Amino acid sequence: MKYIDPHIHMVSRTTDDYMRMALAGCVCITEPAFWNGFDRGSVDGFRDYFLQLTQYEPKRAAKYNIEYYSWICINPKEADDPAFAREVIAIIPEFLEAECVVGIGEIGLNKNTRNELAILEEQIALAAEFNQLILVHTPHLEDKLKGTRLIMDAIKANSGIDPDRVLIDHAEEHTVSEILDRGYWAGLTIYPNTKCTPQRATDIIEIYGRDRIWINSAADWGDSDPLSVPKVRFEMQQRGHSEELIEKITYRNPIEFLGQSERFTHGIEQYDCVKI
Amino acid sequence: MKTKHIDNPLTSQQVVDHYFLEHRAKVIDIAAFLDRVDRAGGMVSLGTDHRMAALYEALDVLSDWRGDRAGRILAIFSNNGAELTRSAEGVKGATGAARKEGQYL
Repeated sequence: MKYIDPHIHMVSRTTDDYMRMALAGCVCITEPAFWNGFDRGSVDGFRDYFLQLTQYEPKRAAKYNIEYYSWICINPKEADDPAFAREVIAIIPEFLEAECVVGIGEIGLNKNTRNELAILEEQIALAAEFNQLILVHTPHLEDKLKGTRLIMDAIKANSGIDPDRVLIDHAEEHTVSEILDRGYWAGLTIYPNTKCTPQRATDIIEIYGRDRIWINSAADWGDSDPLSVPKVRFEMQQRGHSEELIEKITYRNPIEFLGQSERFTHGIEQYDCVKI
Repeated sequence: MKTKHIDNPLTSQQVVDHYFLEHRAKVIDIAAFLDRVDRAGGMVSLGTDHRMAALYEALDVLSDWRGDRAGRILAIFSNNGAELTRSAEGVKGATGAARKEGQYL
């Protein structure tokens, strides 16, 4: 059965991972711009990274018959220097024209600072101006609950953003209810130690239902697993959930959300998607 | 809180049969970690380290029979303070538990 991993950082992964994902049924991925493990020292460093996300990585994925899309932004961890962040934001619009780019992301907060919040608000405004989908990174560990609320308040403050066009990622048991209640999509990230396990993600689906939720690996350079999505599928199968439900969570829901972008074409002929 | 419950196809007995050994091991891991802290000596304990205080508070939740244990434990570890600092300079990482106002370390 085919699946989509809608949040994975393939620039940090080897081609072996593409092979294993393809063998496990992965047919499509989206890759948000993120913190690469160290702070970049120049705008040109970001330009090279954005070129990698829009020119090189799609070709690498295609060798494994995996359709590739990306998101562009300055990530919250490198947004704490507002002057530098604004220089990076200035080059984002040219990359929004790339045919594989589906939106602005992953923007959000890291330590919930005023500097991070200011840059978040500016990137929300950029998304509104260019009518882009938004993918949100919520902070880790003790900062997640407060940060998730700050982010949702910042998005709400911009009347140009429809919450149905925003996915708030790395949700856990203490944030998922509020995210869904406020009209956003929720992402469950399967990640050792700091986020969800396949078991907990399946629990959350059982509690909060099948709508406006997707599963992703967010696999990157850290302790992570590019096969997280099929592992959730296996967990759901083991519990006896229907193939129809499993397909909806791990394939159709990503198409429903991403299909709101005119750039995203994977599988849309099969499902009704409202295009921007 | 709006919920759209999907039935877990497993009975509670099947859930226990399927997951018990995995979670028995996790409880023992926590016990061994606490023993390790004790054996290491020194001053770190729930009285001196905000992370350990939060951990012990979380352990109480496990046996209070009030449900939503995962959500409530995550809330215990969360920073609920209203203040926002200007910059993250020097504090970009997370420790896993919030330091409550007036708390040690």
